[in-house]
Amino acid sequence: MNLLEMKNVKKSFGDLDVIKDISLSVGEGEIVSVIGPSGSGKSTLLRCATMLETMDSGELIYLGQKAGWTGADGKVVYAPTKELRKIQENYGLVFQNFNLFPHFSVLKNVMDAPISVQKRDKEEARKTAMELLKKMGLADKADAYPCQLSGGQCQRVAIARALALNPKILFFDEPTSALDPELTGEVLKVIKSLADLHIAMVIVTHEMAFARDISDRVIFMAGGVIVEEGKPEQVFASDNERTRSFLGRYGEMLK
Amino acid sequence: MQWNTMFSQLAGGMLVSTQIFVVTLVFSLPLGLLISFGRMSKNRVIQGIVKAYISVMRGTPLMLQLMVVYFGPYYLFKIKIGNGYRLWAAFIGFIINYAAYFAEIYRSGIQSMPAGQYEAAKILGYSKPQTFFKIILPQVMKRILPSITNEVITLVKDTSLAFSISVLEMFAIAKALASSQTSLMPFVAAGVFYYVFNLIVAVAMEYIEKRLSYYQ
Repeated sequence: MNLLEMKNVKKSFGDLDVIKDISLSVGEGEIVSVIGPSGSGKSTLLRCATMLETMDSGELIYLGQKAGWTGADGKVVYAPTKELRKIQENYGLVFQNFNLFPHFSVLKNVMDAPISVQKRDKEEARKTAMELLKKMGLADKADAYPCQLSGGQCQRVAIARALALNPKILFFDEPTSALDPELTGEVLKVIKSLADLHIAMVIVTHEMAFARDISDRVIFMAGGVIVEEGKPEQVFASDNERTRSFLGRYGEMLK
Repeated sequence: MQWNTMFSQLAGGMLVSTQIFVVTLVFSLPLGLLISFGRMSKNRVIQGIVKAYISVMRGTPLMLQLMVVYFGPYYLFKIKIGNGYRLWAAFIGFIINYAAYFAEIYRSGIQSMPAGQYEAAKILGYSKPQTFFKIILPQVMKRILPSITNEVITLVKDTSLAFSISVLEMFAIAKALASSQTSLMPFVAAGVFYYVFNLIVAVAMEYIEKRLSYYQ
């Protein structure tokens, strides 16, 4: 069974059709990169998948359970709040600008949701959080506050925070776009290290080499549609004119 | 008249002033938060009513509002008002006036919060009340503290307006002493009292601000 299924999703802001009929599915443990020019609808697609944005039409299904669908009157209906909260537990999201809680310490950022949302035991949650921070190389920053960390460290805390809830699928919305090349490197390294956790990942990114190396599948989006989709070596060596022009020099280098 | 009689009388008035100050804060701070919800409500009727209320509270003198609260029950509903109602009228007048100001301060703070904080909380599964009380409100309090301090300091001085409905707070007593003794001293002493009161308020608020400065 697919973890995530999106069928014929459409979304527009006013007159602007940002997503024009996109369908995609993500299997268990699969790592999918979404690449494409700015404004191609990549982030909006993630925001629809994570229900931060409502679809205009289409279907959104997690583990066979319908979260949203187009009703008989053509309007999108979402499942009742209680069911949505259950469905929501399947996924996490890492934001471009981290969105850590500035008034919580690093440790509390990671362990608070498991305690107050999932009602897990406090000590157990603390232990899990510390293990995750260790994995992120941030064990010594547990008592620091986000404002005392570098961007790369913040993003690693955000990843630990998302992992603490044990998601089956983790979305990344341009996780390194707010970081300089050095910090980008450390965050990408951490994301790569998650591959052995067998969590499915959907990564919107502008880091081509990273997308090529880590992904089971690459999706190239432009103008609100999926132009091409396939194994990284296929997409990066594509003859498709639009793909070629986007990858530009990069495509040549990676060929 | 001796200095210590004057001081002890003023100190008695100070007690009433402090009472108005404390009661006003204790009730108008939470009430203001509630009103700010109404002000931001998607329901246009609620929003309209709250908007009008805030507009009147901010657009008319507090002294006039105190008069209306005090004399209103008699003139509007022919309810006989006793002497004991004076202080209550002052409490009510101050609370509804300050709640309106606090509501606008809360609103400015809440609306200045970046959407990302709500989005992160939603993704992590926090319920709406949890999001507000755990994530949003603590950050809002830090943001609005300087504006709150301003209002609190104004409130200390505004308590003197209660004299307009003959509440025997410090200013009313100073005025009575000044005219009976044909001396400016009671006013000067009252001024010192208000000043010291505000000094304490300022120090206390600064302490709270410092306590909250562990993050930026």
